[in-house]
Amino acid sequence: METGLTLRGFSAGYPKHKVIENLNVAPLPRGEITVLLGPNGCGKSTLLRALAGLNKGQGEMWLNGEDLMTQPFARRAKNVVYLPQSLPAGVHLHVLESIIVAQRASGGLHSASSEAEIMHLLEQLGIAHLAMRYLDQLSGGQKQLVGLAQSLIRRPKLLLLDEPLSALDLNYQFHVMDLVRRVTAQRNIVTVVVVHDINIALRHAQHALMLKQGALVAEGQPDKVITPATLAKVYGVNGRIEHCSRGIPQVMIDGLTGPALV
Amino acid sequence: MTTETSLLAGEETLHHTMKNYHQVLRRRLIWIGVLLVAIIASLILDFTLGPAGLSLDTLWNTLLSPDSVDAGTRVIVWDIRLPYALMALVVGLSLGLAGAEMQTILNNPLASPFTLGVSSAAAFGAALAIILGVGIPGIPDQWLISANAFVFALFAALMLDAVTRWTQVSSAGVVLFGIALVFTFNALVSMMQFIASEDTLQGLVFWTMGSLARASWEKLGVLTVALAILVPFSMMSSWKLTALRLGEDRAVSFGIDVRRLRLTTLLRISILSALAVAFVGPIGFIGLVAPHIARMMFGEDHRFYLPASALVGALVLSLASVASKNLLPGVIIPVGIVTSLIGVPFFLSIILRHRGTV
Repeated sequence: METGLTLRGFSAGYPKHKVIENLNVAPLPRGEITVLLGPNGCGKSTLLRALAGLNKGQGEMWLNGEDLMTQPFARRAKNVVYLPQSLPAGVHLHVLESIIVAQRASGGLHSASSEAEIMHLLEQLGIAHLAMRYLDQLSGGQKQLVGLAQSLIRRPKLLLLDEPLSALDLNYQFHVMDLVRRVTAQRNIVTVVVVHDINIALRHAQHALMLKQGALVAEGQPDKVITPATLAKVYGVNGRIEHCSRGIPQVMIDGLTGPALV
Repeated sequence: MTTETSLLAGEETLHHTMKNYHQVLRRRLIWIGVLLVAIIASLILDFTLGPAGLSLDTLWNTLLSPDSVDAGTRVIVWDIRLPYALMALVVGLSLGLAGAEMQTILNNPLASPFTLGVSSAAAFGAALAIILGVGIPGIPDQWLISANAFVFALFAALMLDAVTRWTQVSSAGVVLFGIALVFTFNALVSMMQFIASEDTLQGLVFWTMGSLARASWEKLGVLTVALAILVPFSMMSSWKLTALRLGEDRAVSFGIDVRRLRLTTLLRISILSALAVAFVGPIGFIGLVAPHIARMMFGEDHRFYLPASALVGALVLSLASVASKNLLPGVIIPVGIVTSLIGVPFFLSIILRHRGTV
């Protein structure tokens, strides 16, 4: 049986305008983080939402040998968790309640052991002290961490994170990616993360997909995908890959290849 | 700190947080109990206070052995006071529950049957019956006004749903559409008033005031049965509705069929608010005020929020009913006027509290 996530002839977008058309992706490995890279408007979020079943998608989407596109939505949702970019404002729920809701609304049962699991997760994310705070009293970054806890508590086989780091400081960006990497490996799941920071991708991901205008430009290990050639082609920048004294690759941008895109 | 001590500290935090959470749940149950006691107290006040003062003794005797008191007292207690007070209770429950569910599915704190045109549509339905005698064929005369009001209220609620689903406008767009419905139906009611004769005009004006004086045992029975059937469905949806508060995308990602949840919830809201308005006329602000008080007291865990909003609605309307009989000596003011007067300052405070999000 083929494991991981495979896409065959996958299309997504609007009825008259397909943002992603006929995408073929070889199995995204289990136990590893795959980053989805590309400039603004290239279809990263559209693809992620279509994989989650939030937008209409067409084609085949195989997860560990099962075609999720042929499954009823409720069954598919048990295996796939999508974390949107932000939580709505004005919600009168405690952090703890919001995670219990994530567990219960998707059919899970609440028990003493599940309570312990929630608290353990909050501790891992460094937000256990916020458990009894209302969501509205949290900063944008803290809300993102709560969202992540809501996603992880559901134990998906496919975890889709849409820019989970956008409101986090440097410390939390590192901490969250490290946690996601550990969870992904421990649970042996497929995790796809949309990030804008190329250096985060190089440092934390084991696999990368690079998109431009809805088409796949490069795929594979991050240091093979993120190259001066792909940076120029996809982002329109002159970039170099340097290695720091500890051997970690870093992207240095020297300038634009042509006029600014905006 | 060693690993062992950090694990112990973690255990302690877990224990402490869970204890706090269970305390919060217990406190909410106690508040539900307090609301129930307050409702019973308000009901007793409502039974006993009125233009013809009745002592608790007389009330008790009339309830237990109606034959032991004179016919006048019997009529006052059994045909006026009791249905009047109980109607306040069930209408309050219905509007409180409908308002809470409406605010959740439309994700808007200004949503209520009154502000989104359901009541105005009911008024137009009633106007057709009162002024033109137009109604649903086969409906007995005494139910004609209520049946018309019900059909139009249901129509308005379903229109709101259709707009939400088909046009996929934001919740603010739905509220604007609701306000457009209010103006449209108010204009149609004004047109009816313009062409009405003096007698029918008086009947219509009185109907649009919203009064518990229209209460009867039959109407009470219908609304109670509707509540008894629909409340369990609301409670069964409570986790899903709470999840919807975390955002539609997240709710969908939890495997919730949000479209179906919206439609079934709106159907429940339509039936409850349409019946309530059809039976007693438009009673403003209960459906708006009750969810806000419940949210402040109980948060938005819908296992507590929905019953609390229903109970707050019942309490507020019951107290308004007491006030309506005692503000002016010897006069019963239509309760819709009292609730609107309470509601206006509340409405303004909501707008001010939610600056930027409404």
